[in-house]
Amino acid sequence: MPMDGGIGASTKRREDLRFLTGNGRYTDDINLRGQLYAHFLRSQVAHGRITAIDTADAAAMPGVVRIFTGADFEGVGGLPCGWQVTDKHGQPMQEPAHPVLAQGKVRHVGDPIAVVVAETAEQARDAAEAIVVDIDELPAVVDMKAALAADAPKVHDDLTSNLCYDWGFVEENKGAVDAAFSAAAHVTTLELVNQRLVANPMEPRVAVGDYDPWNDMSTLYTTSQNPHVIRLLMGAFVLGIPEHKLRVVAPDVGGGFGSKIFHYAEEAFCTFAARQLKKPVKWTSSRSEAFMSDAHGRDHVTRIELALDADNNFTAIRTETYANMGAYLSTFAPSVPTWLHGTLMAGNYKTPVIYVNVKAVFTNTVPVDAYRGAGRPEATFQLERLIDKAARELGVSPVDLRRQNFIQPDQFPYATPVAVEYDTGNYDATMDKMLELADYAGFDARAAESAKAGKLRGFGIAHYIEACGIAPSNLVGQLGARAGLYESATVRVNATGSISVFTGSHSHGQGHETTFAQVVSEMIGIDAGQVEIVHGDTSNTPMGMGTYGSRSLAVGGSALVRATNKIIAKAKKIAAHLLEAAEADIELKDGKFSVAGTDKSVDWAGVTLAAYVPHNYPLESLEPGLEETAFYDPSNFTYPAGAYGCEVELDPETGKVTILNFTAADDFGNVVNPMIVEGQVHGGLAQGIGQAMLEACAYDADGQLLTGSYMDYAMPRADDVPAYTVDHSCVTPCTHNPLGVKGCGEAGAIGSPPAVVNAVIDALHRGGHTHVTHIDMPVSPSRVWAAMQAK
Amino acid sequence: MYNFDFVKPATIAEAVEALSGEEAQALSGGQTLLPTMKQRLNAPATLVSLTGIAEMKGVTRDGDTLVIGAATPHAVVARDAAAHYPALAALAGQIGDPAVRNRGTIGGSIANNDPSACYPSAVLASGAVVVTNTREIAADDFFQGLFETALHDGEIITAVRFPIPQKAAYAKFLQPASRFALTGAFVAQYAAGVRVAITGASESGVFRWTEAEAALSGNFTPEAIAGLSVAADGMIGDLHGTPDYRAHLVGVMTRRAVTAAR
Repeated sequence: MPMDGGIGASTKRREDLRFLTGNGRYTDDINLRGQLYAHFLRSQVAHGRITAIDTADAAAMPGVVRIFTGADFEGVGGLPCGWQVTDKHGQPMQEPAHPVLAQGKVRHVGDPIAVVVAETAEQARDAAEAIVVDIDELPAVVDMKAALAADAPKVHDDLTSNLCYDWGFVEENKGAVDAAFSAAAHVTTLELVNQRLVANPMEPRVAVGDYDPWNDMSTLYTTSQNPHVIRLLMGAFVLGIPEHKLRVVAPDVGGGFGSKIFHYAEEAFCTFAARQLKKPVKWTSSRSEAFMSDAHGRDHVTRIELALDADNNFTAIRTETYANMGAYLSTFAPSVPTWLHGTLMAGNYKTPVIYVNVKAVFTNTVPVDAYRGAGRPEATFQLERLIDKAARELGVSPVDLRRQNFIQPDQFPYATPVAVEYDTGNYDATMDKMLELADYAGFDARAAESAKAGKLRGFGIAHYIEACGIAPSNLVGQLGARAGLYESATVRVNATGSISVFTGSHSHGQGHETTFAQVVSEMIGIDAGQVEIVHGDTSNTPMGMGTYGSRSLAVGGSALVRATNKIIAKAKKIAAHLLEAAEADIELKDGKFSVAGTDKSVDWAGVTLAAYVPHNYPLESLEPGLEETAFYDPSNFTYPAGAYGCEVELDPETGKVTILNFTAADDFGNVVNPMIVEGQVHGGLAQGIGQAMLEACAYDADGQLLTGSYMDYAMPRADDVPAYTVDHSCVTPCTHNPLGVKGCGEAGAIGSPPAVVNAVIDALHRGGHTHVTHIDMPVSPSRVWAAMQAK
Repeated sequence: MYNFDFVKPATIAEAVEALSGEEAQALSGGQTLLPTMKQRLNAPATLVSLTGIAEMKGVTRDGDTLVIGAATPHAVVARDAAAHYPALAALAGQIGDPAVRNRGTIGGSIANNDPSACYPSAVLASGAVVVTNTREIAADDFFQGLFETALHDGEIITAVRFPIPQKAAYAKFLQPASRFALTGAFVAQYAAGVRVAITGASESGVFRWTEAEAALSGNFTPEAIAGLSVAADGMIGDLHGTPDYRAHLVGVMTRRAVTAAR
């Protein structure tokens, strides 16, 4: 065991020293010599035709270097979509053009029309105000069902309608599902909205484009979760720059939550403008701009039905969802309501047949894409709300109804009717653990105490599963992904034994610099302090796909294990030579190579030095040096699962809900750093509770953004969330990756919203408000009160 | 933010002089003004800071009256008014966050008269007197609707004189995003009767709930107003609450204030 903690130690995060002391180096901290500043002039209307753009006055203003409009981007590529969904008729989705700057039309508030590049940011902004844009305003489509009406205004004139795709999954099962509903003893139906959210990472997006004409080399510094993906998309599809002439750097990044996966217009613009002007060009988003230009999340409207037999066994699930794409297809948008959502509709349950229909719709709103959980929270919310409603209708315990239908431990690997195979799990174990930690047995007594004080107490349960550790490339390729989803690592052992790891994963808060070092230190038996983790720069990391979908440790960590195993294998050969022993007899323990059964040994640094100073070295059979790269493509997703319990108290006079306790019992498989895992769960829970209780992005009927600032977009604050009880002692290790790990980054945001809403409904029922069967999120005081009044 | 000139006079006379300039604007904390300037929605040529004027700062007791200098930040009121007028101190201590409370001032708040701000309810419910550089204005005359007050151009609030009540309390229901008052009720009991002022609820800004005042003047208990309600007509409706909900909260928050009054 390494002195400073290998796998399983709650090692403090080494990156926090610089983050907490204000010494992180974020993209906005990068300022290059001669740098210019870009200001985007954005549409103030949701839908309109641009008839004229007059930049003459603006161009004459102080400091203005150049003004760009859509005309400057003719012949330049548009922003690509990375996933093609095939509809239920076998036809590809409708895929509109997504220009860097508006071409002829604006399609949402915030759509960029022109960009001023000037010597200072204030000059650029001043000049942007002097640009005169004539727009013939068109009627906007905001509501999804209205957008599908035959006479609805079209967001894209060249498409046949506002329908992106009408997806059926599994189309062949539809008949069996309908038959199961015909034969059902009981059917529970629920209509719900999974509201639109704004990701709101603490650091807004920033892009700095740079160009070295003497080497024809472009560099983009950007707030990205996946710099290699940006290099590929922007280089190949937008600007036509080959990889060897394009470097993308994502330095310290202050949170992403999905919103920094995607390739954005501002990145392409700054890179393009730097080439045109031969000077660095910087853009820093204001928070107001972030609300109208960062991809939004969720925004599903769903009707879901559950069929049960006379013994309360689930026999079929049928769902119909309208999924808002916004005005354009963001990078991975089409995959979210389909493959990241439909494949999760089995949940933890052995429902034999399932049919999922999703209609993706274009509207005059900001594009919607993956946000923490991406599709899986939407699936889990439907399912876990529906099961709660069914239990109430049937008069059975929500715990028992779930347990009765759980996939059992001896059924793994378990092939669901929605195309995924769960490798392992034990759902009763997590349920037991949660109920124990939450003192579910004592709940009735606590509820009675609340009642004495005129308050309504409720307990809500949700049991989630998610498919993460994204993803097997051959599988996602069949499903329409235009990318592979492997991960990479290079382990460079230095001459004196220290190690530099170059990972294709990207940390924007997750703590990779700490946990990845723990993995290497454990495998070799040296201190983690001897291991440095390098990430975020395409010029020194192997091509990797970045960080999202709770994939870093499961996929990136697996690549790291493979590369480290290659290192150990080669080091053993070197050690065998040095010790004049057979390779098979060499053992590595605590950073020392020894010959089995003897006292002969050589330490780690002795071997690494021999690799780089090969005076005594088997040069005829082994190359000098000690550096290995591995790529790892997972054979399956990982399937973390867990039971969440939420205890609330509701003030019936005002409708205000207070979360008293929140208990999360997760099965994440093996855990490398428990403290970091708990932090990930805490953050996920805060975002899930934020969605359940507070957050909503709203537009008016004309497509104006009503929640354009924190005055109206309610972010969770510290006093909105309780002190969590989190546990990860239930462990069924992943069966197909070398560390036996599952993802943990999204779990909290996936499992918590239904637990909160179930708790609120439970409190209302205990208080006699039995007419309330559902309240859409956020369950704000006004909505709860209104639901109580609506008898 | 556009460029502007900044002056910080040391006396009221200097401030009045500075405010007589072209497109001059008083600044007293800037909790509303500065964000609108950053958004370029407001572009004064000169900002005249009032927070350097010593005679406009501090909390002093004058018999049965508590005098609060207009440029006194909320945090100071929360601390220094506590022994004299605890309900007012508690209100000040619940405004915004520590940064807001150390920058924002009572004069700035009531001159702005945001319909969801806390202070206007205390001023109105206390029957306070708003003292300016030229006159004294009764609270009942001062607040004139959304962001509207009796102040003339260039007129400066120098202090607010609060008659100290026998009992009072402020009950605030938070708007979840901004944490301004979705609805707040300030109740103050005086020998002459009870005054009730409601903020956050009405499209016309802070208002007195005279029906409740009459009922509470005879019987200062929550039961006395249990049957009373305000009409939803004219209440604010937005993402965070319907007019019906706000009308309902007027009753709830007033009863809670009465219960809490001390």
